[in-house]
Amino acid sequence: MSRLKFLLLSVFLLLAAPGFAQQVTVIRFPELQKRLSRPTDTTYVVNFWATWCAPCVKELPGFELVRATYASRKVKVLLVNLDYASQLDKKVKPFVKHRGLKSEVLLLNESDPNDWVGKVDPKWSGALPFTLIINNKTKQRAAFERELSPTELTAALRKFL
Amino acid sequence: MNKLLPFLTLCFALLLSSFVTRPTADGYKVGDKATDFKLKNIDGKMVSLADNKAAKGYIVVFTCNTCPFAQAYESRIVALNTKYAPLGYPVVAINPNDPAVAPGDSYAAMQSKKYAFPYLQDESQEVAKTYGATRTPHLFILTRQGNDFVVSYIGAIDDNSEDAKLVKTKYVENAMTEILAGKAATTNSTKAIGCGIKWRRA
Repeated sequence: MSRLKFLLLSVFLLLAAPGFAQQVTVIRFPELQKRLSRPTDTTYVVNFWATWCAPCVKELPGFELVRATYASRKVKVLLVNLDYASQLDKKVKPFVKHRGLKSEVLLLNESDPNDWVGKVDPKWSGALPFTLIINNKTKQRAAFERELSPTELTAALRKFL
Repeated sequence: MNKLLPFLTLCFALLLSSFVTRPTADGYKVGDKATDFKLKNIDGKMVSLADNKAAKGYIVVFTCNTCPFAQAYESRIVALNTKYAPLGYPVVAINPNDPAVAPGDSYAAMQSKKYAFPYLQDESQEVAKTYGATRTPHLFILTRQGNDFVVSYIGAIDDNSEDAKLVKTKYVENAMTEILAGKAATTNSTKAIGCGIKWRRA
């Protein structure tokens, strides 16, 4: 009986583990804003990207590396995807699965960037890629409207830790 | 006093850093005078804003062949020229991407486009830097004042890149309606998602 339970649990875990990695949650901007304004001492590394953006795709491994390297620290990597919501199943989910992305991926479902881009950062013009590093407890903030190499990203994050 | 000095030094350093890091990167704001340029069109001829004496202004759009957002807006850029060129505001398209980074934006690749307006290569990327263009597409409306051209609108074409049929606010057309009526655009600067300009690697 306990063996059956163990087997069932194993099967469940096997099914669930990769499923977790591939999850893409669709959110609207107010939810993202709420999440980024929580008074936590966790440093958020928020990367805005899209599957159609070549420099974004190129720099993704750097964010995955940061997530793995600082897994034991209070660091949270959020990959905010800006593909159209209509592309969720056709493009975004297969991309996340294919690349084996382990960081949390959110698809921001908003049609008019003029409504929200300036609220993420007043200086961001909307060009991708864009990366924001914030710590609400220490009120530290850094924004990059360009591609970051893994070295640049790590150097920028270290100033927060 | 010995507490104030470090504070003042910090203030001074911050002030200094804001001068050192900001000015060139910021580009034009609405109301700024736009400097003319001389860029090569896909037909081989050089084009400047001063060439067209009849122009009341220009719709300058930084765009390219390769960016999916530029592609999504291509027909809408063509439509802007069709609508506003006869009213004195022709479109001038400028491709700022470094072909070494985006081969699909080479001068040769640009020849595949057959527009009724100039499609210029900003080879040195100086024009894009001067304007403060950061992405494709990135649009600037210029209005003639004597021999000068003044920036009257900066930003997005409309509020829905995915589907032109679902557009609720046509930012450029709204601005143009006011500008053509001799008024300042109520919404004169908007943000849009786009592909970061492929800057030359140092």
